[in-house]
Amino acid sequence: MLKLDIFLSALANGLMTGAVYALVALGLTLVYGVLHIINFAHGATLTAAMFAVFVMHSVFKVDPYLAIFILTPLFFGLGYAVQRFVIGPASHGDDSNILLVTLGLSIIIENALLAGFRSDTRSIDVPYGFSVVEVGNLFLSTPKLVAFAASFLVALLLWLLLARTDTGKAIRAVAREKTGAALSGIDVDHIYAVTFGLGAACLAIAACLLMPTFLVNPRIGNAFVLVAFTIVVLGGMGSILGALVGGLIIGVVESLSGLYFGESLGQIGIFLIFILVLLFRPTGLFGAKA
Amino acid sequence: MTSAPYAWIAAIVAALALLPLGTSSNTVLNFLSFAMIVTVAAQGWNILGGYGGQFSFGHAVFFGTGAYVMALAQVRFGLNPWLALPLAMAMGAAVGYAIGFLSFRARLRGSYFALVTLAFAEVFRISANAWGFTGGAAGVLVPLKLDAAQMQFADKRLFYWLALAFVAAALVLTAWIARSRFGAQLVAVRENEEAARALGVDALAIKLRAITLSGAVTAAAGCLYTQKFLYLDANLAYGPWISVEALLAPIIGGLGTVFGPLVGAVVLLGLGEVTKTVFANLMGGSVPGVDLVVFGALLIACVAYAPRGVLGLLQGWLASARKARA
Repeated sequence: MLKLDIFLSALANGLMTGAVYALVALGLTLVYGVLHIINFAHGATLTAAMFAVFVMHSVFKVDPYLAIFILTPLFFGLGYAVQRFVIGPASHGDDSNILLVTLGLSIIIENALLAGFRSDTRSIDVPYGFSVVEVGNLFLSTPKLVAFAASFLVALLLWLLLARTDTGKAIRAVAREKTGAALSGIDVDHIYAVTFGLGAACLAIAACLLMPTFLVNPRIGNAFVLVAFTIVVLGGMGSILGALVGGLIIGVVESLSGLYFGESLGQIGIFLIFILVLLFRPTGLFGAKA
Repeated sequence: MTSAPYAWIAAIVAALALLPLGTSSNTVLNFLSFAMIVTVAAQGWNILGGYGGQFSFGHAVFFGTGAYVMALAQVRFGLNPWLALPLAMAMGAAVGYAIGFLSFRARLRGSYFALVTLAFAEVFRISANAWGFTGGAAGVLVPLKLDAAQMQFADKRLFYWLALAFVAAALVLTAWIARSRFGAQLVAVRENEEAARALGVDALAIKLRAITLSGAVTAAAGCLYTQKFLYLDANLAYGPWISVEALLAPIIGGLGTVFGPLVGAVVLLGLGEVTKTVFANLMGGSVPGVDLVVFGALLIACVAYAPRGVLGLLQGWLASARKARA
């Protein structure tokens, strides 16, 4: 009985962490689906967002959940500006250039944070940080449960935005056929930047949901970035459903392999999944094309 | 420059060899030696990334393998470092072949190839950090035996000259590749793989040969690193820093050119030192990461304004100056 409880609690934890992973991956997969590029600065942007939550809380005494409403528009704006004024012009429309420019950005962000905050690990102290909800024999962390629910809500909102609004229609049009979209009067550069902004906004939300239970240091993004890439590759590049399912799978795999094989080998499991999927099924579970 | 690359190599290497005669400062010699190590790693990256167009984000996997084989062969098996060197390079080549075989056969390219190399480097890093044989998180220490037979030198200039010899060998190898049939096929694959294949180039075999050579050269840089610092851990050997520097140097110097990695490594590390010093003086203490911020900005600036790197800019200026005179 006890063994089952441990298993179930690891499973529940994995699902809850996986939902936030999914949220991180959502931004990445959206940018990939539309711009057909891998945003290498995704992890560093998440780190920046987590530090923003940290500063908001420790300097301005803003609760992380309240910070969602400030940081999401802020990061949308930042993402928009970076794509429009840095990545777009600097890469001359070449894919490998975009990869290099986003690598450059990630190096700049990560090390600027290192220079500013030093390598200390920081966390924030909120009254509900350790509160739990009892479900049967399981004690589930309240902030993680909130993060789980909120991640699904964001995924739903993102899907509605893509499916139901004019901007969403324009984004889908650019993703499918950018020349055709441009010919029918869509400002492709603007749509690219909007998409990039949405990706960054997802990260701001993820950061606010993570910080009550997580810690941050300038290198934390690296831990997330390969996980996010794995999820995106596993779920299928560009697929929202894929990112959700992939996120949950990876969360559970990490949690269970951590339980059975220890922390460090659990990490290797994720990278091996990543390599195996890339080598043998690069379209992922829900991807339409290679 | 392309007409007589070997003469240029001889001239530049000779000039570099004379540098330590002007100074006996340890700081300068350490800087020069380190720049040569990074140059060798970058020369390895340049074969695959510059000439072959396959951008690896995980060249630490070769650097670290070279470094670890070099260290462990001495510490665990008592092998002489001069004998460990070819072994380490062969292991680097083998890892290169294996990664190339897996990823090129799966037709990974562009961002996918970059990501898979990064993931391989991470797998190696985590394994080396967890495994007892490699010394785990505590790392591995090579005993100090200041003796040329042990590839350790009391005189720091000797190590610099040794590293410079590796740079010279890498330059000659690159110059040879650039003018060989293999090099032409490699560039053809970079420019348009389908077209190259249609002309009868075996793209898979060509890319495999490139990544194997690349692995061996970058592993040699790892060997030098081991002998220079006599200490390794997983984050030094397989850490992202060397993946980034091996990639930045050729891009900043001049992608797919013989001298690009050398120029890039010197410019990059030189600027890094200047930035660190300036910030340390400004802030009254060293600020971690400032040099890397400059590296990142330099990478973006190069992609945006100097796609052929510093060498490309120089050639452009020379050409326009010549035109102005004519």
